[in-house]
Amino acid sequence: MGSLIAQIVSVTLMNLGSLRRRLWMSLAMVLASAVVVAILLAFLAMAKGFEETMRGAGSSQIAILMREGSSTELNSVVLQDQVNLIGASAGVAQDSSGPMISPELYVIVDGIKKSSGTEANIPLRGLNKAGMDMRTNMRLVEGRLFTPGTNEMVVGEGVLREFDGFEIGRTVRFGKNLWTVVGVFATGGNIFESELWADINIIQSHYNRGNSYQSIRVKLDNDGDLGPLQKTIEREPRLNLEVQTERGYFASQGKQLQYIAVFGWIISAIMALGALAGALNTMYTSVADRAREIATLRALGFSSVSAFCGTIAEALVLAVAGGLLGSFAAFGFFDGLNTSTLGGSFTQVVFSFEMSPELFLQGAILALVIGFVSGFFPAWRAARMPVIVAFRHGT
Amino acid sequence: MSEDVLFQLTNVRKSFVKGKEKIPIFDNLDMGIAQGDFVAIMGPSGSGKTTLLNMLGGVDQPSGGEIWFDGARIDALSESALTRWRAENIGFIFQFYNLMPMLNAQRNVELPLLLTKLSKIRRRKNVETALALVGLSDRAKHMPGEMSGGQQQRVAIARAIVSDPKLILCDEPTGDLDRGTADEILEMLQLLNRDHGKTIVMVTHDPAAAKYAKRTLHLDKGQFVQREVVA
Ligand SMILES: Nc1ncnc2c1ncn2[C@@H]1O[C@H](COP(=O)(O)OP(=O)(O)OP(=O)(O)O)[C@@H](O)[C@H]1O
Ligand SMILES: [Mg+2]
Repeated sequence: MGSLIAQIVSVTLMNLGSLRRRLWMSLAMVLASAVVVAILLAFLAMAKGFEETMRGAGSSQIAILMREGSSTELNSVVLQDQVNLIGASAGVAQDSSGPMISPELYVIVDGIKKSSGTEANIPLRGLNKAGMDMRTNMRLVEGRLFTPGTNEMVVGEGVLREFDGFEIGRTVRFGKNLWTVVGVFATGGNIFESELWADINIIQSHYNRGNSYQSIRVKLDNDGDLGPLQKTIEREPRLNLEVQTERGYFASQGKQLQYIAVFGWIISAIMALGALAGALNTMYTSVADRAREIATLRALGFSSVSAFCGTIAEALVLAVAGGLLGSFAAFGFFDGLNTSTLGGSFTQVVFSFEMSPELFLQGAILALVIGFVSGFFPAWRAARMPVIVAFRHGT
Repeated sequence: MSEDVLFQLTNVRKSFVKGKEKIPIFDNLDMGIAQGDFVAIMGPSGSGKTTLLNMLGGVDQPSGGEIWFDGARIDALSESALTRWRAENIGFIFQFYNLMPMLNAQRNVELPLLLTKLSKIRRRKNVETALALVGLSDRAKHMPGEMSGGQQQRVAIARAIVSDPKLILCDEPTGDLDRGTADEILEMLQLLNRDHGKTIVMVTHDPAAAKYAKRTLHLDKGQFVQREVVA
């Protein structure tokens, strides 16, 4: 007896050779599997891109302090004397002008999205010179920095790209205040590019915050070393603050959008069920179409295992071809595509879809599952096809 | 009948179950086929000719009785054992040729050899020999769709003999062909029987086709009727 593998290979090749007879049905199956995989990848790439954007924002050299129990900057309050105490703490890096500390305010303003023409939130951050210096990957792309004490602001590249009316020289009205855009900055694609920056004192006064802030950023003496700051906080009862590295803060924010990936899997699973129904139909038709051929081969002595495997292989080839097509389509359409979504603080985070080999792997697995499931029952029928079919009349 | 028996059927019963109804086809059928015989089986439509041929070829199993082939019982073999048995011992020729439409003549003829351990070169040689025997050496690369019915049936004959089986089973091998082409095919079968020692069982409606056989059995209502003619 020749090897079973040789039988399976030749039966598979014959099945593929007969695909032309079922061209449209087979193409429909390829297409359905392509769509399902493309949709899954789009969701996964979105989640991945968001996570990368958030992760990229964080530095382990910077500590961020917020009121105890505040998960985001928006619902935190920090007072001036707390800022002073932290500034005097051990563990904070110094430069020529003293401790590198940036008390910051973070308010929400409205902008009009270019894509939809609808209003969406943009964070307006008040910070000082040290705050900008701390963001080491920050660079001015165009124009200049805002002058402290004026209604000037600089815009992140993401905001400029996604929203109307933030070009240099434009005057923008938020509430009853007019602001002038004087520069555009980039921070290497991370979340800060989705923000507007202005002088901290001006924002305090325009938004009636008195002497309060929402967060404090400090540059750490030693990379990642929060120890001295934590000691200061423990010792001083007035400091009801939590300290974490900026990296840790953003990483936990980025995880929030993991639900997109889960959602993507759910949507794709539902769509995969639809695709499966079509694929099953295609494969049953294939078996019916090949009935005489299957039976003839069985009469010649080909095993039922080869009939089974040949059919499964056909289904896998079609589904995986679709998976590849879907992957390339998703890659072509989505990789690097910019979009924005509601971030952790109900503001728009501008980020890019990000494709990666591990996403393709997930797409491939989905395609294989579609192929296998849609091939299994028809293959079972093929394997149990009565050989006497070969002798039946009619062509 | 020669003493060298290839096939022996004793008390073979066969019935089909259709819904609740049991349709009996054979009841205690006995039959022997000698090595080197060429038997034509004739009979009215529905008399069970194809059913008998299917049981001989191991693609259908009797409801009772015994079928012996070359000293071994085949009616009790498992499905997979029977499949291997077919590959080793039987060559089938079908009324509608049953060639694989996506394979050329050469590849069609090669199919049974894929079930053997023969090397690729060996397989190619055997295919060439078989195609030469049916006079189609020049059509090796032709697709079934590019050939006439007679040519396709000759390819099918080459496929049936390429692995050198003892027995060739044909169900209406000329049923789809005109007289002249049918005679060519029948002469070829006769040659395989006479010069190559192949045992052949052929089902046919056509008395002219039956004349090529050494003897003819007439089936009627599940029984052989005494109209045996020895050629
Ligand atoms: N798979 C089956 N299920 C039920 N009945 C069957 C089956 N196969 C054959 N039969 C019945 O068995 C009887 C014999 O059929 P068979 O095909 O052997 O006849 P045949 O002599 O070859 O006829 P024909 O000359 O028309 O080919 C018929 O009545 C047929 O309807
Ligand atoms: Mg018949």
